[in-house]
Amino acid sequence: MHTSPHVLQPASVRSVMFRVLLALIPGIAAYVWFFGAAILVQLALASVTALAAEALMLRLRDKPVMLFLTDGSALVTAWLVALTFPPIAPWWLTVTGVLIAIIVVKHLYGGLGQNPFNPAMVAFCTMIVAYPQLMSQWPRAEFNALGPMLHAIFSGDRQLDALVMATPLDALRTVLRDPEQRATIAGILGSHASFGNIGGRGWEWIAAGYLLGGLWLIQQRIITWHVPVAFLVTLMVIATGFSMANPERFVGANFHLFTGGAMLGAFFIATDPVSGCTTPLGKLIFAAGAALLTWIIRSFGAYPDGMAFAILLMNLLVPLIDMNTQPKVFGHSGKPRGKE
Amino acid sequence: MLELFRFKGGVKPASHKQESSGAAIQAAPLPPLLVVPFRQSATGAAAIQVQAGDTVLKGQVIGTAEGPFGTVVHAPTSGTVRAIEARPLPHPSGLAAPCAIIEPDGEERWIERTSLDPFTADAATLRERIRDAGIVGLGGAAFPSHVKARAAIETLVINGAECEPWITCDDRLMRERAADVVAGARILGRLMGAKRILFGIEDNKPEAADALRAVLTECEGASCQVVAVPTLYPAGGEKQLIRVLTGIEIPYGKLGPDFGVQCFNVGTAYAVARAVLHGEPLVSRIVTLAGNYGQPGNFEVLIGTPMDALLPLGQPGVDTDRIVMGGPMMGFPVPDLGVPVVKATNCLLAMSPALFPPPPPEMPCIRCGACTRACPMVLQPHELYWYSKSKNFGKSQEYHLFDCIECGCCAFVCPSRIPLVDYYRFAKSEIRAREREKAAADTARDRYEFRQFREEREKAEKAARLAAKAAETKAKLAQEEAAKSADAASAEPVKVGAGETAPQAGKAGTSSAPDKAALIAAAQARAAAKKAAAAEAADAAPSKEENA
Repeated sequence: MHTSPHVLQPASVRSVMFRVLLALIPGIAAYVWFFGAAILVQLALASVTALAAEALMLRLRDKPVMLFLTDGSALVTAWLVALTFPPIAPWWLTVTGVLIAIIVVKHLYGGLGQNPFNPAMVAFCTMIVAYPQLMSQWPRAEFNALGPMLHAIFSGDRQLDALVMATPLDALRTVLRDPEQRATIAGILGSHASFGNIGGRGWEWIAAGYLLGGLWLIQQRIITWHVPVAFLVTLMVIATGFSMANPERFVGANFHLFTGGAMLGAFFIATDPVSGCTTPLGKLIFAAGAALLTWIIRSFGAYPDGMAFAILLMNLLVPLIDMNTQPKVFGHSGKPRGKE
Repeated sequence: MLELFRFKGGVKPASHKQESSGAAIQAAPLPPLLVVPFRQSATGAAAIQVQAGDTVLKGQVIGTAEGPFGTVVHAPTSGTVRAIEARPLPHPSGLAAPCAIIEPDGEERWIERTSLDPFTADAATLRERIRDAGIVGLGGAAFPSHVKARAAIETLVINGAECEPWITCDDRLMRERAADVVAGARILGRLMGAKRILFGIEDNKPEAADALRAVLTECEGASCQVVAVPTLYPAGGEKQLIRVLTGIEIPYGKLGPDFGVQCFNVGTAYAVARAVLHGEPLVSRIVTLAGNYGQPGNFEVLIGTPMDALLPLGQPGVDTDRIVMGGPMMGFPVPDLGVPVVKATNCLLAMSPALFPPPPPEMPCIRCGACTRACPMVLQPHELYWYSKSKNFGKSQEYHLFDCIECGCCAFVCPSRIPLVDYYRFAKSEIRAREREKAAADTARDRYEFRQFREEREKAEKAARLAAKAAETKAKLAQEEAAKSADAASAEPVKVGAGETAPQAGKAGTSSAPDKAALIAAAQARAAAKKAAAAEAADAAPSKEENA
């Protein structure tokens, strides 16, 4: 027997997931524009792997395969893995990353809705720890010839000097930490080929694409403003503050916002509902913490981009944050739960 | 202009009001048999005052109020009582309860009706009239109105929001019978000493609001105002409407009068006016037939009309697969169409798979937070779901499960199509059942302990009685002995050391047996006294002397 309510608003997990995929399209389009179609190959590779792994795990777990396979969640994970990995990563790196995300992080923790950690970010962190070299080979700015890139992906030949260049974050970090160089930030940004107008060359436009898609997700009420705003504002405030205090050592806010995974993280990864906070205040704390950790790891850590580690660290704190940020229930005093 | 407040959350389902709001209220024809339940309110029952074979008049009392929350039950029309028997009632469980089966004679002969002047009658008389007219909340809760009208308040809210989709019975009532709605509100306002009366109507019913405004003159001692509130489900929920109109938030466990405000449905206000001004008890109500009907509309229906006699008036479609009593957001499927229309029946929604498609398969919660944004009580529905599903009832209460008003907003928006309200109902009923079990176990334990205490006490009392008796006997024997020995002493010459021989005689000799018995009895008495004292120590600690 059906019980009330007897009417439902048209909504489904599938429509949520497919709108997230749609929102990634502007960023992907910019990606293709600046770095060629290799990323499409990676996306396809990741998608096929994810769907196969999802189907296998659903069958092993005795779940309705078609219902869950078509919900789009595996594709979102696959796309985020592909978009955070280097576009010229060898095929097996992408495949392994997706398998880790889907099999270990998602299904071994109970499948859709149950994973405490963001699957794509675990895949990224595992791979950057295991294969730091491969995970750091990013294509030269505005290099978009598909042939050499496909060769790099599928041949196993990693003699890529003509192809590869340090990412803006990597370049900045290397130069700044080398006392021999006596470089200034203004000097580096002006001289190095990987830097564009405000972020990395090309990358800044991809970030703008993610920003556009992310704003559409807010308009569609798939995500709320809390996470992106708290993430970007925190990153901006910290970066601006430190860069004003010590412009020799710390780079400014524009650069932080428009390089690396900041924009993708703010709108598409830190907003992952399953592994993130659910209360409004909790979302603000979660995103601000992730931004702070991102900046710390970028500025002082061993890895060029700290977004993935920052998100995972904040994932750990989600139950604690949620528990202590419960909003005031209608008619009740504002005291926290269980203490009234 | 009154400042309006917002409540958080809420949803906007398609309203579907036009289908049934256009046509005027029609009187439903008399059914061949009426089934009038003796339980007409949410809280109380009635004492049955008729038996099979009695003839009754329209409005005649057939059940008197039992207890402070009981309400009076009336014959909805004139006719003959055919039987008093248990019939299923419109309740999700299909529970059966005693009903009067009345065969109408078709003459609609009324009892003698007397009107009260609401401006001279005192409050107690008015409340008595409301109780004797069998008036309960017609918005759906069916709580006795005379109980609600006891409080003294500042603000009286008359609820004409009618936020559930499809239902239009209040809309039509306000449009067509505005004068009595306002008169009833004024009576209630005067009864409760309200300083202002606010009629809250969703802004999708401008005709109803205009109709009320047209008859609204300055209310007796109170300022009256018709307020259009934004159309946002569940604006017609009592707590939400009070919040919108006054800014007051009434938490779970508190009542409106604690904050100087009380809320009645427009249908209830109308019924009050009919009862006070015209002496008519509540024997009919307006019911909307909406949904899968060829001729949807509103009908004035006698309480007790079997639903299967009423439904054909709307010409339900052939693909109708179930009838829901109430609206699509909070109504429940009627388990059996033979059940009668009761005072809480505001709408009979005909459902078909085409109009109300069955829900898609349930998916796991992805914590997207759509439910938290929709919840008008600012709860965390996904957490409540999590804890209810895992039967962690302590946690679900900690997350304010009982603040949930079961409005259905969370399930309405859930992309995973989880029947969330079901989980909350399950958890609530489990918790209530456990509390009942615990209460029953506590009572049983108390009774067992008291029985043990009583048995001990009786044993002790018996022992004490025996001991007292033995002591008495011993004293008697001793006296006799003493008398004997005195006699002997007087007869024989006094021996030297007679005083010494007496204790020896106590140890051995003819008098030793009763002596021993007396000693044992005394010891037993002391022990019994000790035990009794210890048993009584359950209430107060015994003093040292008693113990010693």
